[in-house]
Order: sequence, then C-alpha cells, then structure tokens
Amino acid sequence: MHVPDGFINAPVSAATGVVAAGAIAVSLRGARRELDERTAPLAGLVAAFIFAVQMLNFPVAAGTSGHLLGGALAAILVGPFTGVLCVSVVLLMQGILFADGGLTALGVNITDMAIVTTVVGYAVFRFLVKVLPRKRRSVTVASFAAALLSVPAAAVAFTLIYAVGGTTDVSLGKVATAMIGVHVLIGIGEAAITALTVGAVIAVRPDLVYGARGLEQRLKLRVNGELVDAPPSRPAPVAARTSRRRLWLTGLVTSLVLAGFVSFYANTNPDGLMKVAQDQGIDKKTEKHAAADSPLAGYGVKDITDGRVSKGLAGLIGVGVTVVAGSTVFWAVRRRRTADTSPVGTGV
Amino acid sequence: MDLVTPVTPSLEVAGLAFAYPDGHQALFGVDFTVGRGERVALLGPNGAGKTTLVLHLNGILTGGAGTVTVAGLPVGKQHMAEIRRRVGIVFQDPDDQLFMPTVREDVAFGPAAAGLKGPELEERVDRALAQVGMGEFKERPPHHLSFGQRRRVAVATVLAMEPEILVLDEPSSNLDPASRRELADILRSLDVTVLMVTHDLPYALELCPRSLVLSEGVIAADGRTAELLSDEELMRAHRLELPFGFDPRSVTMGA
Amino acid sequence: MGAGHAHRLYRHGHSPVHALPPHTKLAAAFAFVVVVVSTPREAMWAFGLYAVLLGFVARHARVPAGFLLKRLLIEVPFVAFAVLMPFVAEGERVDVLGLSLSVNGLWGAWNVLAKGTLGVAASVLLASTTELRELLLGLQRLKLPPLLVQIASFMIRYGDVITDEMRRMRIARESRGFEARGVRHWGVLAKSAGALFIRSYERGERVHLAMVSRGYAGSMPVIDEVTADRAQWSYALALPVAALVVCLLGWTL
Repeated sequence: MHVPDGFINAPVSAATGVVAAGAIAVSLRGARRELDERTAPLAGLVAAFIFAVQMLNFPVAAGTSGHLLGGALAAILVGPFTGVLCVSVVLLMQGILFADGGLTALGVNITDMAIVTTVVGYAVFRFLVKVLPRKRRSVTVASFAAALLSVPAAAVAFTLIYAVGGTTDVSLGKVATAMIGVHVLIGIGEAAITALTVGAVIAVRPDLVYGARGLEQRLKLRVNGELVDAPPSRPAPVAARTSRRRLWLTGLVTSLVLAGFVSFYANTNPDGLMKVAQDQGIDKKTEKHAAADSPLAGYGVKDITDGRVSKGLAGLIGVGVTVVAGSTVFWAVRRRRTADTSPVGTGV
Repeated sequence: MDLVTPVTPSLEVAGLAFAYPDGHQALFGVDFTVGRGERVALLGPNGAGKTTLVLHLNGILTGGAGTVTVAGLPVGKQHMAEIRRRVGIVFQDPDDQLFMPTVREDVAFGPAAAGLKGPELEERVDRALAQVGMGEFKERPPHHLSFGQRRRVAVATVLAMEPEILVLDEPSSNLDPASRRELADILRSLDVTVLMVTHDLPYALELCPRSLVLSEGVIAADGRTAELLSDEELMRAHRLELPFGFDPRSVTMGA
Repeated sequence: MGAGHAHRLYRHGHSPVHALPPHTKLAAAFAFVVVVVSTPREAMWAFGLYAVLLGFVARHARVPAGFLLKRLLIEVPFVAFAVLMPFVAEGERVDVLGLSLSVNGLWGAWNVLAKGTLGVAASVLLASTTELRELLLGLQRLKLPPLLVQIASFMIRYGDVITDEMRRMRIARESRGFEARGVRHWGVLAKSAGALFIRSYERGERVHLAMVSRGYAGSMPVIDEVTADRAQWSYALALPVAALVVCLLGWTL
C-alpha cells in the first residue's frame, strides 16, 4: 500500500516526514550498535533482500497471491533499528526510482510501513520470546504473532494519519473497516510466511536471527582429536540496556509527537483544503469536522447517521492503540527490571 | 625453487581449528608456512575447508583455536587494519568484491580509504588496471563486464592496495579457457606472494611450484606440485582427480 | 539480463535535463510535488497548467509521451481506489447516469487522481533523466545521512544480484517439478525466502569483508563529488517556481 501524492494533505505529510526523519536518525545510531561498522553493506544487502522478497509471490488460491511486506521479518532477523532502516531505504528507492509511492507521501509511507510494522512487530516478538519457554519453537510462534499484529497496526496507523490529514471525506469507520479488515487478512498471510521464513533461517544459521540471540548453545571444537570449548563466537554486540531504553524512548517520543499533532490539528483544523471547500460552500458537512475535539470523537459524531457500527469501530481503534501502547510500556518496564540480572544484558 | 622458508615468512598458520555456529567443524588443526615471493597452491576436494581457511587469513573468521601470522604480525584485533591491507583476498565471486558503481571507483576504494587522493590516486588506479589489462574499462559499471573481466578487475582492486600476499579463492572457476590463460599470464607477471586455493589441478601445476593438500580439515600433504600430482595413491586418498588424459609428468613447466 | 547500469526507468540521452546536476533535479522534483500537493483541488485549471509544465520538461528532456504514459501505469491501484471514492464518501449526493455519487467523494477522487498522477509523472521524469549512481550522489549532496546513502547504494548494486538469485531458485524448484499452487506450498517458498536471506546476509558479510580488506572503517572515501553552479540551479528550479506561481494564483483566484 504505497500512498501516492495528494492522498494526505500537505501539513500532515510534512509532520509524518518529521516523524520519519526522527525515527531514521535514531535508527541510524541504533543500527550502528546492532551491526557496528558492518551496517552499510549488511543493511544494504538486507534491504535488497526485502526488495526481492516483496516480489516473491505466495499463491493463496485460484490465481490470487500475496507477498511479504517484510517489516516484522526484517526486525526479527536483523533487529528493529536496522529493520527500520532497511524498509525505509526500500520505500525511498521505490519512490525515487520506480515512482511507487509519492515523494511527498514518503513520510506517511515510511511512518506507516517501515516504522510502525517494525517497532510493533519487534515489541510483540521480544515480549513473547521473553514470556515463552526458551526454545526454537517459541521463536517461530513469536514471529507469527509479531507479523500478525504488525500489519493491522500499520493499518491503524494509516487510519489515524488519514483521520488527521485525509483529503477526502470518507468516514473513518469505512476507512478503518476497509484498512483493518483487509490488513488482518494480509496479516495472517504475512504471519505464516514470516514464521516459516524465520524458522527456515533458524534451522540453518540460528546465529543470524537477531531476535533469537541468546538461544544458541556453546560450541565444542575437536582439535587434533581432542574436544575443547570454543570461545564465544561474537561477544554479543548488543549494548542491551541502552538500546532497549532507546527503543522505549523512541516509541514514547513517537507516540507523543503523533498524539501531539493529532490533537493540535484536530483542534485548530488547519486543513486548508477543507476550509476552502467549506468557505466556498462546497461541502457543508465539514462544519462538524471543525467542531470536533479529537479526530476519533469528531468522526464518531459525524458518523452517527451511519449507526453505531462506525462509532464502535472508532472505539475499537482507540482500544487497539491503547493496548499496543500499554504492552509496549509494560514490556519496556519489564525489560529494564530484568536487564541487570539477565545474562544477555551485558552493557558494553 | 627451493622449499626452505625465508626468515620472516609471508604467512604462518599454526594449529588452526574452527567450527561454524551450526556445529559443523571445518578445520581440525592446520599448520603450514608460505615464504615471501612463493606461489603456493592449496588443493583439496569440495568441502575440505579451503574457503574457511582463507577466511582466517585476514581475520574474517576468528574464534576457533590456533594462530595465523602475516609477515610477522599475528592476526588479531589490534593489527586488523594492517593485516587486511597486507593480505589481499580475491574472493570466488567477483560480485562480492566489486561493490562500487564503476570500475574506477572500485579500484580506487582501497587506496582512497588509505588516504590517497587526486592524481596519485588516479595513477594507482591506472597502474592496477594496467596490470590486469583492464585499462579501457575504467568508467564501466562492474556488472556490465563479462565474468572473466570482472575477475580481473577484482584482482586489480586488491593489487591497488599493494599487498604482501595475494590470496585467490578458486581463481579459475567459471572462466572460459581464454580468460583462464589470460589470468594465468597476469598472475605470473606479478611480483607478490601468492596463495591460490583451487581444485583446478592443471592450473595449480601451471602456476605454483609448491602445493598443499587440505583434506578433512588438516594439511594432508605439502610438496612440489608435480610430485604431489604424480602420487596416485595420495591423490585417490584425498578425492583429487586429474582431468581425463592429463599427465603431470608429461608437462614441463618453467615455473 | 538485469537492469544494468541504468535502472528500469532510466532513458539514456543527452538533453539539457539529463545534463543537470542530480541534486538540483531532486530538489526541483520534490519542490514541484510539494507545490502540487498544496494546491486547492477546486482550482482545476491549475492542475492543467502543471501538466503543461511537465509536458514542457518532458519535451526538453526528450522523453517521448508514450514512454511517460506507460510508466504512469504504476498508479493503477490508486485509480481503482479513487474510482471507489465517490461511492463511499460522505456528504451531499448527486445523481450521475442513475448512480448516486457523493460530491465530496468526486472531489476527493479528482484530488487524488490529479495530484497522484502529477506526482508520479514528476518522479518518472526525474528517474528517466537521472542515472542511478547520479541519484545517489545527488541524495548525498542533499545531505541525506551518508550511512543511509550507503545502504541505498548497496541495495541498488545488489538488488539485481539478489533478484537473480531468487529467479534461479525458482527455476531450480520448477525444474524439479515443483510449482507453488496454494497455501500448502508456502513452506517450500518460505524455505527459499529463508535461504535467500541467508545468502543475502552472507553476501553482505563477504562484501563487508571485501571492503574491510581494502581499508573500510565505517565511512566511504569520497571519490567523486557533484557540484552545481547558479545557472544550473536556476534552470532546475524554473519548474517548481513556475508551479508555485500557478499555485498562488490557484489560492487567490
């Protein structure tokens, strides 16, 4: 779902551009920690992989097929920061080279498809890996859940962006139904493929799966007929505590910024196009929009003629977002508490 | 050519053992020495651990047991930059090696990273490309070249670093006979220590007076190439086979 | 044969537009699209003028209309979406040919179609007149973080290589009589994807090794730089400035 130019209005496009730029800046620093000076070639090749795998068709039935979006997969395989970078670069190049997705919509596309999928996917994944028994199967299960949730999460994010800056007055209920409904279905496919792919990688090179570090077993070497312990292959390059805290902070700041501009725009209604339409009497319904306190409330009020369904949906989105935010915070707090005792948590 | 190693050999490998993270052990204690200016072939069947060994020579793989020393410097964290400048590895797949958009930038990458600039840099690039006969392809993107040309450019990228030892991983693989001969001429004209990893036995005989046989993760034999290739029992024991109709005793090489 | 040194949209040529420094073109295209997006949708004539401006650029760049139009096809999914809008949008409704359509939805559809099409056309013009490698230099010049540009450049350099590997794996599967027909075969495809990831990652490691063995320590040595003089900047920015005039007229008229 590459959003073209003109779909989201200019101020919101700019705001999402700022969010995207901020997240990329944080990810650049984070990725250096995940991959050290190997960042450029490895992230570049992983980006090329994501680019290629998006072209790999998974037939569903009767001629229809789906393909991977890859946000959750990237996060699990190479870590959240590198994941954000890889998917962002893929989107950037698709926009510039293939005119796929508008140039002004880059911020929207990156926020939506690179940041939300990766961060949500990775948060869910790490949470489940912590909670489930330390086995390879758990990694597969966690991958499934992570990818499953990451796609509708992106749809929720898109719906929110649309609610604030959509240029067409389609009811939020309808957008949400269409986006989330379709993306739950896509999410199931994404989840199955992601889990199977992570499983396939873990079977051969468990050390490559970023999200499964710490599940490896100590190697034994036979030197001239004698068994000796191998030194640890890599001294876990993850500066665990700082990166977690940073991830948590990033999430928090992003949601604050998002929440901030959502309410700001909802209150002052700077939607120029809407205003013009209103002034010129083209669209009489926008008055309700202007009176709304928050986008969700506003759309709920507006949709009242549509019945309770859309109101319920708006509520559902709110609850969904709260749940995601809540579990992220819970996860972050839990991680911070365990960071001191966990054997992986060796700060460098 | 004698087999006595000079005082500071280009390469010394002692007791090297290594296993991959999936538990597969590739090296079981490898020992050998390559003297300065020697051209040595490292022979072995598929899966003998040849490539794994190569990756230890400039510290790409570490974490096993044993040591590697390059011109007196132990391969380890502290001298990594210097080690990597001295050990020029030409990888099997030239696509891995040619990562820049044009041939010129690719060859310039190493010297530029070392701080060379302007005319000096251009001069180094031109010289390295001339050494492999690829001067006129300077502005071309690597993926537009033929496989043989790409391999030659890959050699040039390493030569531009002026290495102590040139390590070639399967240099003749995927080359047609003409490209193969051209590469041999180039390698023979170079004045550096060469370690050539291959299972192309005639190529080893043509280029390298001395050979090592790596089999099941250990050095199984070390001696004159012609003698090793004529030792049928040794050859059979290590799954080394000469091409049909090829008799190493009938070949006379100047070396 | 892969996309080669020119990417899929690039058209080789020697027009004045081709000759412009890449960062001026990137800036111009971006500014143009920003202006287009900020234009009120009611000023229909403004979008017509934008199209004329782009047509003018295309002529200068000697990009044939057929080529440009064919590349616009990428937009098709959104055309479908836009066509739906009049049916699902809220607000006042009008009857057109017996169908009840939302006025607002019609405006919305027009808005997305017009702006989306102009955006795609501008991107296509940029991509068809600028070589890949130049685009990367341009991005670097526009102060995109160097690491991001490096990642992009590796992605471009190896995109074809990886896609080719994927194609070979598919051929290998199919030559052994396997054809993915439904969900049951996802396991096999995912194994391919997993193997592709491992190959990509390992290639990334090898590329890194090839870089490190040539002295790479985190930043790319600067070998080439692009510069633009005032004349080139003003030539490139003629497009967005003209568009801005149209846009301002659109707001005031």
